[in-house]
Amino acid sequence: MFRRLDETGAAVTVYVEGEAVTVRAGDTAAAAALLAGLGHTRLSPVDGSPRAPYCMIGTCFECLLVIDGVGSRQGCLVEVREGMRIERQKGARVVP
Amino acid sequence: MSAQAFDVAIVGGGVVGSALGYGFASKGARVVVLDEGDSALRASRVNFGLVWLQTKGNGMPAYGRWSRKATELWPDLARELLERTGIDVELELTGGLKICLGEEELRERGAMVERMAAAAGPGVYDTRMLGIDELGALLPEVKLGPDVTGASFCPHEGAVNPLHLLNALQAGLQALGGTLRTGSSVESVARDGKGFAITCRDGTTRAGKVVLAAGHGTPRMAAMVGLPAPIKPQRGQILVTERMQPFMPLPASGLRQTKDGTVMLGATRENVGFDVATTMEGEAGLAARAVRIVPALAGIPVVRAWAGLRILTPDTFPVYHQSESHPGAYVALCHSGVTLASVHARVVPEAYLGTALPEILNAFHPRRFDVQKTG
Repeated sequence: MFRRLDETGAAVTVYVEGEAVTVRAGDTAAAAALLAGLGHTRLSPVDGSPRAPYCMIGTCFECLLVIDGVGSRQGCLVEVREGMRIERQKGARVVP
Repeated sequence: MSAQAFDVAIVGGGVVGSALGYGFASKGARVVVLDEGDSALRASRVNFGLVWLQTKGNGMPAYGRWSRKATELWPDLARELLERTGIDVELELTGGLKICLGEEELRERGAMVERMAAAAGPGVYDTRMLGIDELGALLPEVKLGPDVTGASFCPHEGAVNPLHLLNALQAGLQALGGTLRTGSSVESVARDGKGFAITCRDGTTRAGKVVLAAGHGTPRMAAMVGLPAPIKPQRGQILVTERMQPFMPLPASGLRQTKDGTVMLGATRENVGFDVATTMEGEAGLAARAVRIVPALAGIPVVRAWAGLRILTPDTFPVYHQSESHPGAYVALCHSGVTLASVHARVVPEAYLGTALPEILNAFHPRRFDVQKTG
């Protein structure tokens, strides 16, 4: 679905919903989720509807993800890191 | 003298003026509420949303009783607003907490609870102190921090959605045939025959009676009709987190989870004039206290912060008063417009439609601020 425009950057392996995905250094967690073909990346805490990254510039908050166990992070503002774990944000977060 | 289109004109379209307007309209009065517009300070749109009792009236038991009456009248008002407007104000009278950190806070809180109960007599507050185990039982999903020593618990209080409340009161006012005029910044209030003329830039409104309920806008107009209105602003900063799964089944003073799931943290008390800026110091202080109460909040994003200005009289208690030089002109000043919305809708309009104020409002006369005669 997505075609990469820039093939430069070192390969980085991240885990999207547990599946290993190879992305490039400089990519964001939201881009990784899109490249992994995750479809929806979160469920709205208001009505449970499925959502996915939209603006990719930090404005719309549609890309909220659980990144390395920390909930509700704006995936489009977080750069990938080797071994990063990226998961869907399923509705409102639970207070630990 | 010109014809009066209205029995009552209320200056101020916040939660106080709108509740009064709703109440006057439900008494069958022809009422207009004049709202300044978005340039106003609008304390009604920045507050915490508690319907609160346990801290009200320390030093004035009549205010405690007034607040208790408000909590008793609240469920019926909420039900009526829903029926009349379709707007759910999300009233939840679950009881409320004031959580204490450290032994000294707990001791001081206990002493104040006892003092207020003794002064007000039985059946007003019913506040009791909870040890850490009882508090934990009320908050089974909260891991309380090690500094928490207990809390006071009052069973009669809770919270509403203050924005829905303002909306519902204004919709209800209009559903009852009342008039809401926005963008009506009042320039002058003056005697006009047996009534009053309230002049805005775009015209003059005539009414038999006038009620000033414009928060910090009140003193300027009150001076025109011989009403004392000694108020000062006190800044309160508030933080709100992202939405979370429900974990706080009842509100605490300064820490409550809304029905939407957000957690509100508040509020500072700062005497800084009419400055509605937020400060890093103020917000860090709020966050630090909240994290001492619920350490897990340290990992939760704050999505917004804002500040508003409380309306404080010299003793912090409300003022309800009719002008002696201009009978028919009234003032309503208070900083707890949400808690008191029910008495403002149910009790005060009837009082202000009569000629003299009833005894229940005696304690709120501003003569209490006059220099006392000695001997």
